[in-house]
Amino acid sequence: MSGVMKRMGMIFRAKANQALDRAEDPRETLDYSYQKQLELLQKVRRGVADVATSRKRLELQLNQLQGQSAKLEDQGRKALALGREDLAREALSRRAALQQQVTDLETQHQTLQGEEEKLTLAAQRLQAKVDAFRTKKETIKATYTAAQAQTRIGEAFSGISEEMGDVGLAIQRAEDKTAQLQARAGAIDELLASGALDDPSGMAKDDIQAELDRLSGGTDVELELQRMKAELAGGPAPQAIEGGAGQNQNHQQQDTPRFDKQ
Amino acid sequence: MIVRIMGEGQVRLADSHFAELNKLDDELLAEMESGDEDGFRRTLHALLDKVRELGTPLPDDSLEPSELILPTPDATLEEVRHLLTDEGLIPG
Repeated sequence: MSGVMKRMGMIFRAKANQALDRAEDPRETLDYSYQKQLELLQKVRRGVADVATSRKRLELQLNQLQGQSAKLEDQGRKALALGREDLAREALSRRAALQQQVTDLETQHQTLQGEEEKLTLAAQRLQAKVDAFRTKKETIKATYTAAQAQTRIGEAFSGISEEMGDVGLAIQRAEDKTAQLQARAGAIDELLASGALDDPSGMAKDDIQAELDRLSGGTDVELELQRMKAELAGGPAPQAIEGGAGQNQNHQQQDTPRFDKQ
Repeated sequence: MIVRIMGEGQVRLADSHFAELNKLDDELLAEMESGDEDGFRRTLHALLDKVRELGTPLPDDSLEPSELILPTPDATLEEVRHLLTDEGLIPG
């Protein structure tokens, strides 16, 4: 096999071995590796916290915008009641612009929520790995120390050459290397996989879309105006305006805060 | 053999499945080298689906070394290319 799977596996193993070769005492290596894993976990957790903070900030902005939007609608209604259609038109135009911002922010909010869930999952998975490694590390260290003591006793007792002891140590070191490699490979790729934080807000618009949005915003304003006029007149709303009334209902639904999870 | 899908976890696969997976894996490498982003994405997803379908997932707290590693499903061609260079995305 020479494809992507094999090559990626080889590179991960080479990295783990490089880290191992720098250390002398396998027990120190294990402790060092554990420390590194804790640091990685900390980074992932910070990532989760950062995303959650951004999400909260967006929610606050959304609430503010919705508040402003409601205020402008109210102002429009009052202006119309006073016979100032020009003022009402202005208020509703501003409100339409705000609604567009609200829609954009809602899209960003959804993206961030997705990222947050992904990162939380990665952090949980990494935590399980780190816990498992800690147990394994302590077992290996104890076994290593015992093997060293046994070697010393054996040497003292029978006076045999160091060669035998070296064989035991070599086996032990090989086991340590394996554990180190397993844990490191696991921790590193979980971290890599969790780093999907790039560009949660890439939402550029082209000119045509902006123009279309502007036009549809204008239509909304006209519909709102007609609806308000009909309300003031107290008569039944004409057919074309019923659609506007339905739309208003939607707006009202949108204006209620929908992020009650704090 | 144990295969890791980055960001998802590990699965255990019988060796008998490797001929089938090899084909997709070689295709993926070819598409990566030729810079065929669409083909790369399609083949990566096909390969991941196949691995998930044929493999048995390992528990999150197992400490088995992965013999093969696959990129995360949303990895771009550029990211995978970067992973496969000497420097890689991992420092040190």
